[in-house]
Amino acid sequence: MHLAQLNVAHLLAPLDSPQLADFVALLEPTNVLSDAAPGFVWRLKGGEDPTDTVQHDYGDDLVINFSVWESREALWNFVYRSRHLAVLQRRREWFQRIAVPYSVMWWVPEGELPDLAEGMARLERLRTGGPGPEAFTFKEFYDPVSA
Amino acid sequence: MDSDEAVALLGDPVRRELYRFVAAQGRPVGRAEAAEAAGVARGLAAFHLDKLVDAGLLTAEFKRLGERTGPGSGRPAKAYRRSGTEHLVSLPPRDYRTLALILAEVVDLLGGDELAEEAARRAGRKLAAGDQSGSVRELLARQGYEPYEEDGVLRLRNCPFHVLAGEHPLLVCSMNLSLCQGLLGDGATAGLDPRPGECCVVVSKINKN
Repeated sequence: MHLAQLNVAHLLAPLDSPQLADFVALLEPTNVLSDAAPGFVWRLKGGEDPTDTVQHDYGDDLVINFSVWESREALWNFVYRSRHLAVLQRRREWFQRIAVPYSVMWWVPEGELPDLAEGMARLERLRTGGPGPEAFTFKEFYDPVSA
Repeated sequence: MDSDEAVALLGDPVRRELYRFVAAQGRPVGRAEAAEAAGVARGLAAFHLDKLVDAGLLTAEFKRLGERTGPGSGRPAKAYRRSGTEHLVSLPPRDYRTLALILAEVVDLLGGDELAEEAARRAGRKLAAGDQSGSVRELLARQGYEPYEEDGVLRLRNCPFHVLAGEHPLLVCSMNLSLCQGLLGDGATAGLDPRPGECCVVVSKINKN
């Protein structure tokens, strides 16, 4: 099984504003880093340009990251043990603080790509019902259920 | 084996020397190399190294240590590295880790990470004020970071907050960066550049020696 992760962030200002300029400038190096990271499988792209963000119908202020990884360790090492951490550390400059979970994970069969609507539904499930095998987090992690 | 028994094994000076040497290399170390560093015969080193493995202080693996590969390069040799298992010995018993984990969760829940970073920076300054001697590298070494040089920067082999960083990575790594910045002051620049298995901070632009 592979691990899918969706995370969402609410922008403090439009992507083309000066306040978000550093974030936009970091998109390309961060995407290059993720695509080359050990255990990276797939991510939803907004377009062919490395700075294109994911297009969606959930509001203009919402930035979405949606990716699939070979294991928890692979995703963890990219998120927290690579230069991505320094980008994450600056999140307060660009994104609103939110009190509800902004990130959700679940297992997908190898070779299958999850879709965004499913991911958003799982995030909602995590927010309303708490973590479970169908929607979980790093902190409350669930191993894949063996078939 | 209990932690106090494991730590007691390091009472033997040869064993302690071997342990320190292996731990400081950050890579698998063969028996011959460890023996030479400790100034003892290879057989004696092997005996003590295996004792340290039994106690869970080191781990052993089989590895080709030489440059040569293929036929004639010999069979893989036993190599040792520091175990990831933590040993805490406190007499009388103290448990700061559990409380730190609870407090970290509270900081997360309160969204208090910026205040936590400021407090960590102040704590770093305070540590530095009480420790004015030596180089930046020595200062970091005394705080348990195990600094080593690579490509003109100091990287830190050990994360002193490993368990906490595993539970609350963003909070703890940000606090650790602030702590290092407070500790180093104008002496050097600390930034985040984590790697699996190491501390998240790298130190560059060292202004004093």
